[in-house]
Amino acid sequence: MEGLQKAFKQETSLIGRDVIQQLIMNANIAHAEQVPICQDTGFAVVFVELGQDVQIVGGDFYEAINEGVKKGYTEGYLRSSIVNHPILRKNTGDNTPAVIHTKIVSGDQLRLIVAPKGGGSENMSAVKMLKPSDGVEGIKKFVVEVVRAAGPNPCPPVIVGVGIGGTFEKAAQLSKEALLRNLGEKSKYHDIARLEEELFKEINKLGIGPQGLGGITTALAVHVEIFATHIASLPVAVNINCHAARHKEAVL
Amino acid sequence: MNRIRLTTPLTDAVAEQLQIGQQVLINGIIYTGRDAAHQRLIELIEQDQELPFELEGQVIYYVGPSPARPGRVIGSAGPTTSGRMDRYAPKLYALGIKATIGKGRRDAAVIRAIKQYKGIYLAVVGGAAALIARSIKEAGIIAFPDLGPEAIYRLVVEDFPAIVINDATGGDLYNESIKNYSMT
Repeated sequence: MEGLQKAFKQETSLIGRDVIQQLIMNANIAHAEQVPICQDTGFAVVFVELGQDVQIVGGDFYEAINEGVKKGYTEGYLRSSIVNHPILRKNTGDNTPAVIHTKIVSGDQLRLIVAPKGGGSENMSAVKMLKPSDGVEGIKKFVVEVVRAAGPNPCPPVIVGVGIGGTFEKAAQLSKEALLRNLGEKSKYHDIARLEEELFKEINKLGIGPQGLGGITTALAVHVEIFATHIASLPVAVNINCHAARHKEAVL
Repeated sequence: MNRIRLTTPLTDAVAEQLQIGQQVLINGIIYTGRDAAHQRLIELIEQDQELPFELEGQVIYYVGPSPARPGRVIGSAGPTTSGRMDRYAPKLYALGIKATIGKGRRDAAVIRAIKQYKGIYLAVVGGAAALIARSIKEAGIIAFPDLGPEAIYRLVVEDFPAIVINDATGGDLYNESIKNYSMT
């Protein structure tokens, strides 16, 4: 919400300002009337950080998470957006199953982060295996190109999550984790924080603007996460999120 | 901004008057349809079977609403990405659909069909789903209830706000507006 208000002040396009204003009004209505901000209430993506001293008893942990998703989506009047099979495509009716990422950490706590992800912006995401010689310029070119190609589709202004390094799937996961960061919070690495800033400026020069109707606000933030990688590789993943960065966490 | 009030069904004459960038307020009946419903519509057309609604002059809104809370007409109801319906849209414009509503770009075949059959393509603000739902006064499923949120709904709308992206002259608002702000 702060991100949108800041964008509203900075945007120079009249229609762009009008769009941002509608998004702010929409968020207020959604809050007051307890209805979803967007009809696409997402794929339930759940990040689990399981303390190694925790023992889970009384049933299957993943079943319990899915039971929670089912309850939350049904009782909360959220949309069932999941089909059971990518080709046969029958709606499961309760938005299960969730996509669950589990990390074992030290300690005796269980941390759950729920990040529902809309399909429209997810569809505009991409992974590319660059060559190490492509370097930082190659990374920038690819990220900006993904956002340019997405154009109006992912409901800009967007939040851009970038994962660099690791393997093919690690980069994709890093790009999703990058979206969990609080809006505009910088990377802890100075060079990466600078890359985030440069990408943010380049993307906002594209002119796509709010809803692709032209303007200087195409991205609200760019977050980059990195990991060690193979001597032969430079994987880069771009995960796009619409203007609504929905996530909630709980520690048990 | 000056908004043009439209009442459905739409005629060729009305569609031909509209230009990219114009803001409109739609009144009357519109029909919902997304990927799965479009596939079924096209199958019915190919098999020469009766369709759930008469296509002539009608408007299709690409949306899969969230469920209505008790006492409400509908849940949140913003647009989905139109490009996924590009494969089906030219056929539907050819058979009489006058307007489609969604978000995002259409491909060259759809833009050609819009020009050839005197149609329009409109966008609503993606993600403004709670706000948009306020202009929907009645909603009921008329076909394919097994598809859940992808079923075809008949909606009665009042002053439903949209903007013309592609018009019957072949214009494209996204191309025009991005040009004005691009610094690359």
